[in-house]
Amino acid sequence: MAIEAADTAWVLISSALVLLMLPGLALFYGGMVRRKNVLSSMMHSFVAMGIIAVEWVIIGYSLAFGTGNWFIGGLEHVFLRGVDLYSVSGTIPTYAFIAFQGMFAVITPALISGAVVGRIKFKSYIAFITLWSLIVYAPVCHWVWGGGFLTGEALDFAGGTVVHITSGISALTILIFLGRRKGYGTDSIRPHNITLTLLGTGLLWFGWFGFNAGSALAADEIAALAFMTTFVAPAAAGLAWMAIEWFRTGKPTALGFATGILAGLVGITPAAGFVTPMAAIIIGAAAGSICYGAVVLKGKLGYDDSLDVFGVHGVGGITGALLTGVFASVGGTGLLLGNSHQLLIQFEGVAITILYAIACTIIIGFVIDKTMGVKIDENAENIGLDRTQHGEAAYNI
Amino acid sequence: MKYVIAIIRPERLEEVKHELQKVEVNRLTVSSASGYGEQKGHLEVYRSLELEVNLLEKLRLDIAVNDDFLQPTIEAIKRGAKTNTGCIGDGKIFVLPLEDVIRIRTGETGSDAI
Repeated sequence: MAIEAADTAWVLISSALVLLMLPGLALFYGGMVRRKNVLSSMMHSFVAMGIIAVEWVIIGYSLAFGTGNWFIGGLEHVFLRGVDLYSVSGTIPTYAFIAFQGMFAVITPALISGAVVGRIKFKSYIAFITLWSLIVYAPVCHWVWGGGFLTGEALDFAGGTVVHITSGISALTILIFLGRRKGYGTDSIRPHNITLTLLGTGLLWFGWFGFNAGSALAADEIAALAFMTTFVAPAAAGLAWMAIEWFRTGKPTALGFATGILAGLVGITPAAGFVTPMAAIIIGAAAGSICYGAVVLKGKLGYDDSLDVFGVHGVGGITGALLTGVFASVGGTGLLLGNSHQLLIQFEGVAITILYAIACTIIIGFVIDKTMGVKIDENAENIGLDRTQHGEAAYNI
Repeated sequence: MKYVIAIIRPERLEEVKHELQKVEVNRLTVSSASGYGEQKGHLEVYRSLELEVNLLEKLRLDIAVNDDFLQPTIEAIKRGAKTNTGCIGDGKIFVLPLEDVIRIRTGETGSDAI
């Protein structure tokens, strides 16, 4: 197929929008940690832009989108061999496709960092995301989008399974090796600046238009639909969260509204180009409500998924993936149009991804824990990661 | 000379300043403080999780006064800082003896420098 200028322009812009989600995520997470850990938390997002971008060009792209087999891509595009200025993917230059997909590879491991704040060694974090991107992200991306066994079967428009379920489940699993922050449940560990978190939420939403509408890989009617659903689902989710919280605890919090928006963004991701805007409102409201429940449950179970990566990305991703199988009506059909088989496939994709992410994260976590250790010592945790891991402080007189 | 330290509710600052000006105490240092006493703490909600915050936000006032200004200062702070709700947490006033005061610009000392 020939290159379409409009499609190329939209995918390039979308790629830049997705990259902007990383500083957005850094602010979102950074505001929720204590002041002694804010730079460390933001660095987790920023360093992913360094490591995964380089890794993507060296080998990640090939493992995800090389021909390969049902499980993983081949090595024919290592160092981007076989790709040149004139290579075409669909209606856009292959370089644009590689860049767009590379942004997804960058943000996915960074999402995990919200679970490990305040207690992970920086070098161990780097080792973890480097290995995780190769062992978990690349294969699952290949399964769903790169020609693997779920391609053309499971509906995942922009990465509910590939991005959010993988990261959300792995965030919960890595806690096996990290445990809780010191003082969790006894000391008042509070967000140090929720205004940063709200600004981050805005940047994430803005970038998410590239994430979802860009996933059409064309400047067409599907992109416009995905844009609309990305507009209304988070709105409904934020309202749902706020309403439940207001009713249960008596106050509508800003942090709650922002968290609801994020849950809606996650929930609509797999469905973005497959459902109508009205269905998107239902999916958003469901994601906001169910993620709220998951976060409340965390408090009762007492595990320290510090910034609710599992509660929002894991649970929101699962909710969205399954509801895509219910509401799909554009470019696929779901349960409501009588296709119960689609819901079954969605369930299968979710279940396999969950099991795979858990198994791989345990292995990666075990190896890193035995070789370099995952958790910092108690004294360093008291002082904070900014000073002990990075030798700087965020706020000075 | 006396050194007065008062811990008050942040929302009472304007009222206390107003009362101090009425008795012509026109010098004051204000800083943010946090702490707890009988009032213990309060509940805050983050992502629906209730958290007992036991370090409450307060303001700390520092005022150096000559002896004849001490009682009016104390009364002014009491008038301004008291909420009359009967709730605990209005704060405390500490009075300390003050050995000397030096005005940096002129080098004046003692009562003249206050």
